[in-house]
Amino acid sequence: MTTTAVSMTVNGKQVSADVENRTLLVQYLRENLGLTGTHVGCDTSQCGACTVHIDGLPIKSCTILARQVEGEDVTTIEGLADGDTLHPMQEAFRENHALQCGFCTPGMVMSAIGIVDRNVESLDEKTVRHELEGNFCRCTGYHNIVKAILAAHKEMTP
Amino acid sequence: MYDFNYKRASSVDDASSSMASVDEGKFVAGGMTLLPTLKQRLAKPSDLIDLADLDDLVGITVADSAVTIGAMTPHATVNASDEVKNEIPALSKLAGLIGDPMVRNRGTIGGSISNNDPAADYPSAVVGLGATVHTNKREIAGDDFFTGMFETALEEDELVTKVVFPIPEKAAYMKFPNPASRYAVVGTFVSQGPQGIRVAVTGAGPCVFRQSDMETALAGNFAPEAVENIKQDDEDLNSDIHASAEYRAHLVTIMAKRAVAEANG
Repeated sequence: MTTTAVSMTVNGKQVSADVENRTLLVQYLRENLGLTGTHVGCDTSQCGACTVHIDGLPIKSCTILARQVEGEDVTTIEGLADGDTLHPMQEAFRENHALQCGFCTPGMVMSAIGIVDRNVESLDEKTVRHELEGNFCRCTGYHNIVKAILAAHKEMTP
Repeated sequence: MYDFNYKRASSVDDASSSMASVDEGKFVAGGMTLLPTLKQRLAKPSDLIDLADLDDLVGITVADSAVTIGAMTPHATVNASDEVKNEIPALSKLAGLIGDPMVRNRGTIGGSISNNDPAADYPSAVVGLGATVHTNKREIAGDDFFTGMFETALEEDELVTKVVFPIPEKAAYMKFPNPASRYAVVGTFVSQGPQGIRVAVTGAGPCVFRQSDMETALAGNFAPEAVENIKQDDEDLNSDIHASAEYRAHLVTIMAKRAVAEANG
């Protein structure tokens, strides 16, 4: 089985690892880089637990090859906090008890930041619920997740 | 996933010649359908030719009474484009109904129409607006592009470069989405404009098709009442756990009626 060195920037650091052509980005992150905060939920592009940012845009890392991301800038859940200071979205999830088991949370947070980025000027509950269509949570019933995203929107926008 | 060779094309010509030189190649644009297909081992290409670096295939321009969308333009870009919202709001809306935000950030119009999934949204806009598909070899009328389930007029080494949509006087897309996948159980695109009156239906059959009875009725009276009693024949429609052929036929009329109402504002 041939492998190829794939290089990219992950959470601000230049990284490289030898992978097969068929290695998914999520495998590259978890198995080669040890960044296990990005979860594999359904592995069929439905649940959104594997969401990361590529050049600032939320993408499902189970549905893209590591080689397709060569040279790009990737941010995972591990790259959001500034030292001990949580990202406003992480802080809002904590303040609003927006998680129970926590499995979907990394993908929810990455996706939620995308929702705020797309709706800087105004954001309402209906929009949040609609734009969460790519993320599944089987515990919370979404209510506190929606509250957290609306709260974070206030913190993240002028 | 079965293993494969991987290559990034440096130009459209490079992509085409690379494809011609390999055994069982596949172009990958956004990969939003291809990757899941590979993961389920439903396809076994020998080579993937990645179009990601073909930056000149990305972009939206408005000129000569048409909106032109580059093949590698993601759905999110079409959805958010002020130009598309101004000129063909129905097309912007359609792009925003595909998959979910993460899929829309990655999936492309060229990939969607080349794959021609029976439940994809874009084929209905290409046919419903009488668009022209440009490839590295020729121009193909939208009506001739989609030839059957997952089949198009494209040759092996031919790739879509852009799609040119004539700006209609009015148009609307109405979709009954699958509640889980967001694919169209039935989607109906109606328009009135330089390409005449068009009603294009996706999701219902093996391939997008024009509903000519409804087009004739709308030519006499472009109003919801004109289509509300026109029944779609369910003979060749899709039937699965999500909807029977009979139910899909029923939805064609409902979606057409709602689309005409929306097009009339």
